[in-house]
Amino acid sequence: MSAGTTTIHSDTGYNFAYLDEQTKRMIRRSLLKALSIPGYQVPFGGREMPLAYGWGTGGIQVTASVIGPDDRLKVIDQGADDTTNAVSIRRFFQTVTDVTVTESTEDATIIQTRHRIPEIPLKEGQVLVYQVPQPEPLQKIEPRETETRKMHAYAEYGAMRVTLYEDVAHFGRIAKTYDYPAVINGRHLMSPSPIPKFDNPKMEMNPAIQLFGAGREKRIYAVPPYTSVRSLDFDDHPFEVQTWKGCCALCGSTVSYLDEVITDDKGSRMFVCSDTDFCNTRQAKAAAQPKTAGEQS
Amino acid sequence: MTTNAIRKLTPKPPLLEVSGLCKSYGGQIGCRDVSFAIRPGEVLGIVGESGSGKSTLLACLSGRLAPDAGTISYDMKDRGPVDILTLSEPERRRLARTDWGIVHQNPRDGLRLDVSAGGNIGERPMAIGARHYGNIRAEAQDWLQKVEIDLARTDHRPRTFSGGMQQRLQIARNLVTRPRLVFMDEPTGGLDVSVQARLLDLLRGLVRELGIAVIIVTHDLAVVRLLADRLMVMQRGRVIEQGLTDQVLDDPHHPYTQLLVSSVLQV
Ligand SMILES: Nc1ncnc2c1ncn2[C@@H]1O[C@H](COP(=O)(O)OP(=O)(O)OP(=O)(O)O)[C@@H](O)[C@H]1O
Ligand SMILES: [Mg+2]
Repeated sequence: MSAGTTTIHSDTGYNFAYLDEQTKRMIRRSLLKALSIPGYQVPFGGREMPLAYGWGTGGIQVTASVIGPDDRLKVIDQGADDTTNAVSIRRFFQTVTDVTVTESTEDATIIQTRHRIPEIPLKEGQVLVYQVPQPEPLQKIEPRETETRKMHAYAEYGAMRVTLYEDVAHFGRIAKTYDYPAVINGRHLMSPSPIPKFDNPKMEMNPAIQLFGAGREKRIYAVPPYTSVRSLDFDDHPFEVQTWKGCCALCGSTVSYLDEVITDDKGSRMFVCSDTDFCNTRQAKAAAQPKTAGEQS
Repeated sequence: MTTNAIRKLTPKPPLLEVSGLCKSYGGQIGCRDVSFAIRPGEVLGIVGESGSGKSTLLACLSGRLAPDAGTISYDMKDRGPVDILTLSEPERRRLARTDWGIVHQNPRDGLRLDVSAGGNIGERPMAIGARHYGNIRAEAQDWLQKVEIDLARTDHRPRTFSGGMQQRLQIARNLVTRPRLVFMDEPTGGLDVSVQARLLDLLRGLVRELGIAVIIVTHDLAVVRLLADRLMVMQRGRVIEQGLTDQVLDDPHHPYTQLLVSSVLQV
């Protein structure tokens, strides 16, 4: 991450990273405010982007505001680098910045994501940018924005627990599996975007900077490095992450988030890592190692 | 004399003391120069014709509407008497959520219609820190029983309840945190007579048992006769008569009150 340069990108005629410097500065000011009040939604003057809302315009504006020529960018969607959304966002930044792109979580300095946090633990200096479709965790329980603002201001989060209560009453457990609300730094209730609850614990005390951008709603929020992230729960129904019986059919991992994929038209199915970089890296390592009898992964 | 009667005679400091309260809407008078006090455990009825300012007064008292003038002093549990108009908004909201209750005429305003009955009752305990699902549910069911709602309905949404059940659920949802003061605006309005009677019976029992102070607004003199210890009569925004309920109803002084009482008795 470095301050944007005022150079006009030679091939396209766009400013570096598409947004003009004024806009980037404005967004960076919002980001700084967001970082200083962890979990608080900062309104920002979002710009029209050459992509439709719902395609990550909030995340793109955040990335565009923090990216510099020396950055290495990774873009994932559902954990994969090769889905349409990820590919088009990566292309967009290649076109307007010429930065190096990578699929490697370890090599990336900025990772823009939709739906997942990479399995490989992030490090200090890395920035994780989330695309957020709906930033307001209280929206389902309170549609009036004037009221949700007060609820955040006065930390009135009792009504949010009603949604958890309803889950346990109807399903015997907290049924929410993604976009699972969490209290940040012991204060603000935050929607972590539609990541699986499996990823919530990764947000906690993470050494990386986590930035969230909602394009349609024009909100930015953040979790600074090493910040507490407490998923809402009950004492007698504690927060739990998803688990799987088997392991990844491709790399044998038992610690990663698995997607179920259908492998033929007879309905055969298998479970594989949703994080493709994690899975590919493990498969490559396993292939490079001489096979030893009895070795598992 | 019973201990209860002695207790009633011993003056307690007021729980709520209102003086000089005014509220108008542009040129339209809402309520005007209203002063009164209510003691812990006391039930105060407010009657008056449509448009006399009853709902306006109640909304000002319960912090939902800012009066133009006057003071509202409330004896807070930990701080003693405080003019609630000087409280910060979060303090006032907290007070309203914990030490007060509001039962609305329209259950839509007082319930979450898409949340189960149990969840409706559990909201206040959760708002003040309850974190144990089993306890929250047990308490909710305890209250469902108190308001005579079948426990089989615990997980049903109030949208599927009758009007009387919805009002009883509103009452449970409010009383679960043991408020010391409850505001009710026409809690029996829109219910048919037999349902009204049952609701009133229930209310009377709970109020006596828990020693809650209630300010109840109604058109219906039968309601105040049954519930209210004291009565305030309003006309065109002003309080024109107040006193012990039986005294006011049996020996009304103001011509308007006389009219009100006689028109009822004629029925
Ligand atoms: N939001 C408002 N804007 C303008 N005038 C209002 C408003 N609310 C109430 N009023 C006026 O204030 C006066 C008192 O109204 P209020 O609703 O307090 O009467 P009420 O005694 O509760 O009547 P009802 O028995 O019909 O409920 C009426 O003249 C009414 O028209
Ligand atoms: Mg009214």
